[in-house]
Amino acid sequence: MTTVADSAAAAPSAVAPEIFVELDAVTFGYDARTILDGITMRIPRGKVVAIMGGSGCGKTTILRLIGGQIAPRAGRVTVAGQAVHDLDRDELFALRRKFGMLFQFGALFTDMSVYENVAFAMREHTDLPEELIRDLVLMKLNAVGLRGAAQLMPSELSGGMARRVALARAIALDPMLVMYDEPFAGLDPISLGVVGQLIRRLNDALGITSVVVTHDVYESLKIVDYLYFVSQGRIVAEGTPAEVRGSADMFVRQFVDGEPDGPVPFHYPARGYREELLANA
Amino acid sequence: MLDGALSAAVALVRRLGAATIDGVTRLGYATRFFVAVVAHTPAAFRRLHLTLREIYFSGVLSLIIILVSGLFVGMVLALQGYDVLTRYGADESLGVLVALSLVRELGPVVAGLLFASRAGSAITAEIGLMKATEQISAMEMMAVDPLARVVAPRFWGGVVSMPLLAALFSTLGIFGAYLVGVKLIGIDPGAFWGNMQSAVDFRDDVVNGVIKSFVFGAAVSLIAVFEGYDAKPTAEGVSTATTRTVVESSLAILALDFVLTVFMFHGVHA
Repeated sequence: MTTVADSAAAAPSAVAPEIFVELDAVTFGYDARTILDGITMRIPRGKVVAIMGGSGCGKTTILRLIGGQIAPRAGRVTVAGQAVHDLDRDELFALRRKFGMLFQFGALFTDMSVYENVAFAMREHTDLPEELIRDLVLMKLNAVGLRGAAQLMPSELSGGMARRVALARAIALDPMLVMYDEPFAGLDPISLGVVGQLIRRLNDALGITSVVVTHDVYESLKIVDYLYFVSQGRIVAEGTPAEVRGSADMFVRQFVDGEPDGPVPFHYPARGYREELLANA
Repeated sequence: MLDGALSAAVALVRRLGAATIDGVTRLGYATRFFVAVVAHTPAAFRRLHLTLREIYFSGVLSLIIILVSGLFVGMVLALQGYDVLTRYGADESLGVLVALSLVRELGPVVAGLLFASRAGSAITAEIGLMKATEQISAMEMMAVDPLARVVAPRFWGGVVSMPLLAALFSTLGIFGAYLVGVKLIGIDPGAFWGNMQSAVDFRDDVVNGVIKSFVFGAAVSLIAVFEGYDAKPTAEGVSTATTRTVVESSLAILALDFVLTVFMFHGVHA
């Protein structure tokens, strides 16, 4: 059986200390369908990195690979020096205790109050006394501005509030890495700005590394350190926010300017329009 | 003509084969799932309050439907039984007829069917919705095993609740038969209770009934948690899984009842 230390030692591509998450020529797919095709990215410790792309381009799959929920067909996914897909179940769960993840719609446990949701990981993984758990939960909720909502149930929260509670839950055990899956989806402008600023502030205050999967380009450019653009399973562009704003790359321009047609075509592949219309003539 | 018939036959065999392979694969998957649930049981029992909570949801909240149904089944059984027994001058055996019918068969089977509809469907829908809203994924990403935290407590909650519910169903059924037989029709209460006491055997009747209800509880609970965990994470997937739980559980109860009755049958006495 491979131990965590063995896995790290055996990793052929020993990562540089400042790189916390590394994907090296990662390919993934289901049956004959390829989702990711040779993705390589490096995410430095302490940075906020965005993975951007249209719906269904494989962004969320990257998070699932980093979290070890799926294994790549080829290539390596390394987190904190450990090849994620080489770990056995116990090692993977030990690694996940260093993660926090914010799901697209919060994924709060609907049978628990806000307080219990944030306390969940503490109760499961620690033997802390109830008084200490209470203080920690209130601190986390205070950090996202929802200390007053501790006793509410998830069904009583707005979308933005649910996302902030999920963020408090994600940072409950002071993780080293937080992954955000579409944190801005479906939020009003105020909630959107609040969540964006929280991601940045918490990242800097807690010294964590953040990976943000999103298609919200304007909000992302305000808060991230680096961006990767993914299209059809490949990285088609990357750079800092300043580089992205000044980029002449056609895909980046289409994405940033919201053009309906371009490298990402408006039409789903089909035979000729005239040919199809006249087919039954 | 011949070619058409041949290809239709081949297509039929192919469909049959595919359905068989699919069924066997699913059965194998369910068996492995059951083994995994049992393996995660010690971890689930370390947080006993989770299982107690599920006993409340599956057992206590099913009490109304079980008690009311038991009462009515017992009352109907008394009316129908009296009608037949009185033709043979055996109306004082009504207590025996009702008690044996309920304890050996109707209690476990009808309580099992009601349990599948009330608690089994709720368990499947809850786990399926947890999957659809990524709560199961969230738990996995928090390094908490959903088999130990979500599935095993619900399974054992059902296994513990079902025999208790079946016992209460039979008890209320006998009480209902007493109301109709003794209070309404006027059968001698001494004969009603006395004949019942002497004819119902603890080992052959009561214990066998408890064994049946335990097996039905395990079958319904396993089907419910499996269908929920295996549901497609969509509204349609959860709805299909819930329906499958009720249908599969009902068929499983009736089939298992036959198998268990065969094993408990003492042979034909000439």
